[in-house]
Amino acid sequence: MQSTVPLFPEQASTIAHHVDWLYLFLVAVTAFFSLLVAALILFFIIRYKRTPDREAEQIHGSTLLEIVWTVIPLGISMVIFVWAAVLYFHMQRPPSNAMEVYGVAKQWMWKFEYPGGQREINSLHVPIGRPVKVTLISQDVIHSFFVPAFRVKQDVLPNRYMTTWFEAKEPGTYHLFCSQYCGTKHSAMIGEVVAMKPEDFASWLTSGKAEGSLAAQGEKLFQQLGCATCHRADSGARGPNLAGLYGRPVRLTDGHVVVADDNYLRESILVPNAKVVSGFQPIMPTFQGMISEEDLIQLTDYIKHLSAPTMEGPLNNRSTPEQIRDSEVKQVQDQMKQQETAPQKTSGNNK
Amino acid sequence: MSHSSTTTTANHSDSATTATHHPALVHHFDNMEQQKEAATFGMWVFLLTEIMMFGGLFVAYLIYRLKYYPAFVAGSTSIDVSWGFANTLVLIGSSWTMAMAVWAAQTGKRKLQVLFILGTMVLGTAFLGVKAKEYYEKYDECHIPGHVIGKGFNAWGGCSADKSKGNIAEEVIKRDHSIPEASAVQTAKQSEMFFAFYFVMTGLHATHMVIGLGVLAWLMWRANRGEFGPEYFSPVENVGLYWHFVDIVWIFLFPLLYLISRHQHAG
Amino acid sequence: MSTVTANVMPAKHYLNDNYGIRSWLLTKDHKRIAVLYLASITVFFFIGGIYAALIRLQLLTPQGALFQADTYNKLFTMHGVNMIFFFLVPSVPAVMGNFILPIMIGAKDLAFPKINLLSWYIYIAGACFSLAALVSGGVDTGWTFYTPLSTGFLRTPVTVLAIGVLIAGFSSIFTGLNFIVTVHRMRAPGMTWGRLPLFVWANYATSIIMILGTPVLAITLILVALERAFHIGVFDPKLGGDPVLFQHMFWFYSHPAVYIMILPGMGVISEIITCFSRKRVFGYPFIAFSSIAIAVFGFVVWAHHMFVAGISVYSALVFSLLSYAVAIPSAVKVFNWTATMYKGSISLQTPMLYALAFIGLFTIGGLTGLFLAALGLDIHIHDTYFVIAHFHYIMVGGMVTAYMGGLHFWWPKITGRMYPEGWSKLSALIVFIGFNLTFFPQFILGYLGMPRRYAAYPPEFQVLNVLSTAGASILAVGFIMPAIYFIWSLKYGEVAGNNPWQATGLEWEISSPPPTHNFHETPIVTTEPYHYGAEQEVPVVP
Repeated sequence: MQSTVPLFPEQASTIAHHVDWLYLFLVAVTAFFSLLVAALILFFIIRYKRTPDREAEQIHGSTLLEIVWTVIPLGISMVIFVWAAVLYFHMQRPPSNAMEVYGVAKQWMWKFEYPGGQREINSLHVPIGRPVKVTLISQDVIHSFFVPAFRVKQDVLPNRYMTTWFEAKEPGTYHLFCSQYCGTKHSAMIGEVVAMKPEDFASWLTSGKAEGSLAAQGEKLFQQLGCATCHRADSGARGPNLAGLYGRPVRLTDGHVVVADDNYLRESILVPNAKVVSGFQPIMPTFQGMISEEDLIQLTDYIKHLSAPTMEGPLNNRSTPEQIRDSEVKQVQDQMKQQETAPQKTSGNNK
Repeated sequence: MSHSSTTTTANHSDSATTATHHPALVHHFDNMEQQKEAATFGMWVFLLTEIMMFGGLFVAYLIYRLKYYPAFVAGSTSIDVSWGFANTLVLIGSSWTMAMAVWAAQTGKRKLQVLFILGTMVLGTAFLGVKAKEYYEKYDECHIPGHVIGKGFNAWGGCSADKSKGNIAEEVIKRDHSIPEASAVQTAKQSEMFFAFYFVMTGLHATHMVIGLGVLAWLMWRANRGEFGPEYFSPVENVGLYWHFVDIVWIFLFPLLYLISRHQHAG
Repeated sequence: MSTVTANVMPAKHYLNDNYGIRSWLLTKDHKRIAVLYLASITVFFFIGGIYAALIRLQLLTPQGALFQADTYNKLFTMHGVNMIFFFLVPSVPAVMGNFILPIMIGAKDLAFPKINLLSWYIYIAGACFSLAALVSGGVDTGWTFYTPLSTGFLRTPVTVLAIGVLIAGFSSIFTGLNFIVTVHRMRAPGMTWGRLPLFVWANYATSIIMILGTPVLAITLILVALERAFHIGVFDPKLGGDPVLFQHMFWFYSHPAVYIMILPGMGVISEIITCFSRKRVFGYPFIAFSSIAIAVFGFVVWAHHMFVAGISVYSALVFSLLSYAVAIPSAVKVFNWTATMYKGSISLQTPMLYALAFIGLFTIGGLTGLFLAALGLDIHIHDTYFVIAHFHYIMVGGMVTAYMGGLHFWWPKITGRMYPEGWSKLSALIVFIGFNLTFFPQFILGYLGMPRRYAAYPPEFQVLNVLSTAGASILAVGFIMPAIYFIWSLKYGEVAGNNPWQATGLEWEISSPPPTHNFHETPIVTTEPYHYGAEQEVPVVP
């Protein structure tokens, strides 16, 4: 049935061998101390076997030894901690040029969507040699996106986007498991990640039929649901202008500044009065119950790609729409002037 | 060098009731003082476990209060602070009667013990009566979360199908006309969380009071039989500790649930 | 062996002092209550073991043809719930702690004997709820009851089981409360804190965790039950709740719970190693305080179960760091026990075999905890068989092994009879082999990526699973044997005498079985614990 019995997973992502090195170090530490203790025990039970002619020597203890065998394990632990923490930071921060994919988990399947509109169920095609960022959400209970060959795992929560990322190294097909128990068919909620060479991936993208890119579908929804009624760029708009919003800091009515990330966009659609933008009234109705996760992803993707002239600083930090409008205009005018006079390095909208 | 010897110290072998020790002394304790100290210590440890239980609940409450502050304000304003205050006074009064019962036990006054314990029970029952009334009001106003008991929240946070009569969203707008309807409706929906905590926290507290009333009844029966006096009153004292604890929990519940800023900020 | 001619059972002792079912069901004697617990938890151990056997049978084949997925989900849930709440948490404290702790400190009973009996009844009530949940179809939430699955998506008797666990938790709280007051207030004259046997320190530390942690589990389960019954939305995102809050509240208890489950076992090991090396313990204050340190640190590491659950990177950093801190006291204990054997006079009777197995297996289990505390690595191995292997090395290789060691060590005291040494050594060996064969392959499976709670798996994992199941069958034999020979020994075992091990400690100075009131006169303590070097004359107390 199976020809080989694997004892170690494939190293199919750029991070895999880093994780494996840490693992092997820990295996070595474990083996060392376990064998040390075992050897000592074995030695003692032989050497100090009970005989009628020898009594045990009563030893109280040794503070020096206590310090030694506290400090050394502590030191080793700290090395492991720092090493693992650095690795973790790297694993939690997707590079900014990562290709985006969206994933919706539901009992008991995975639905993936590409910005180009391609969809698949229970399989995820990715190119090798390029970081891929997966934005995940659940429609029901907590699931977990686990690709052992890539050494990545991320719990997938309802009502909240989570992200994970990886860069596949080798073409191949790898297991995708749901690793957070989610009910009856938890063990059947498996799929595959298919890593392909970039040219193969490109042709795969074009081969499937897509109804249009996510952003295009999102734009349709934006009109259908009436978002465009309030969210416009002109001065009379009752809602903040969404162009260029994604990734920028936003000032709220209570003075806090938050970053407009995926979760911000999603929450603003479902619970608009949670974070009201400064200078605007909390008149936006909630769309909870009227919009599916996939629709939300399309909308989010659309909004993400709405570009605007680059601006610095928090949007909408004046108290009235008119004042905001004036300051926006002024900023854009200033920037255009600066670009006319000298080449200006515009800083990006990165988080 | 020698191993532990078995020299006698306290000489309470079996359960023979000699004239030298109190009838309430149990055989595994050496003397009444050890028994009393153990009992009191035990009650404090038990109260510590209660603090942890209510504490977990309070932490969850605080987390959601931070998350849904306007909704919590709206919910809090919809419960009657005068009844809550009255209940606070009733409970503090019952702590006084309980403390007096302990004093009466310490001084061996049998009739007063019974009277004060009874007084504590009466006040405790009054508290529960007021709570029942408050719960009924919430039932009547359809503020019971979950749509299982009672008539359930409607979209406006209350009973009537139209937007009138004491719905939460309505009240929010009444207090601050600048709040648009869309926002008030969301606040009303979120206030379900407030009411969930209101019922769970006061319900858990009320359960402890009911148990306390049962214990007080038992205590009163024992006091009536003249069991307590200057040499032996630790049951009264320890029940007193429990009762004071239940009172203190209410002292926390009252401000957290009834006294949240009752004025919503504009805009 | 004893130097006197054949031992005789004492004429009157706690077992024959009173006859009849009422004298047992209404007893206030801590020793009888311990025996009641022993019987009850043994039943649940075997029930939990049956579930384990069924799980391993299912996993013999990749497609899991034995049970439907729903049934399998119930099997691992009930296995976990039974083993944790109805076997492991009470095991050493409620059986050995109840029996031995008062005697060790020179007391006639625990501080609150009636509450002790009440705690057993509460345990039985919780157990009844658990059985009711089983009989009405079984629960499939996993022992961790994660929301919103458990609150909004399952029609199984989750609330019944949650209530059962909640009730069993109160049993635990009362036991802990009793121990704390007893150790503070009922030590015999001369029994200072510094002279307490380490078993007492271990149970004391455990009791602190029991009383502080269990109430949080209680309120968490109450909220789950209320959410299921009344649809309040505390943990349901559709109603504005946060499922991750459940995880925080759940693990706030359940992490310290694992220390509840291991600390008493560590106490047992201290007693056994010293006795069978005939040596005072090495580093007494360090072992004593490491128990307290574990109890304290154990409360601040809970979110290391949640590194991929959506906590912030900074939270994760803090919890990872603290998790390394909590590992250190355990390491200190292992080194101290090993050093205790140095220049000792060692004999390898069954309790010692179990104690030595504990040290080795706990070391492996504990060190594999470091893997899980390592953030970058935990991402890969979280929720896989690596975790399962880790905690079984600690719980079975550690705690159950310690429990078996303690049971063999104190069996003569509890029953007045010796078990058959040949059979017990054999079963210890079988347990050791079976255990390692069952769980070591699971480390490999976990790193390969086999997730936990899977009823079926990709075919390349089969060989390791088959090895694991083979080990489980051996392990089962190793546990069934003691059940048989212990019962056999009640009638046919050699009469033990007061002190078959020539051990120090107040419990060995009274008869086996002890009299109902333990001591006819309160002892006065003048020596350190484990005073093995002294000239020993163990008087036979009439």
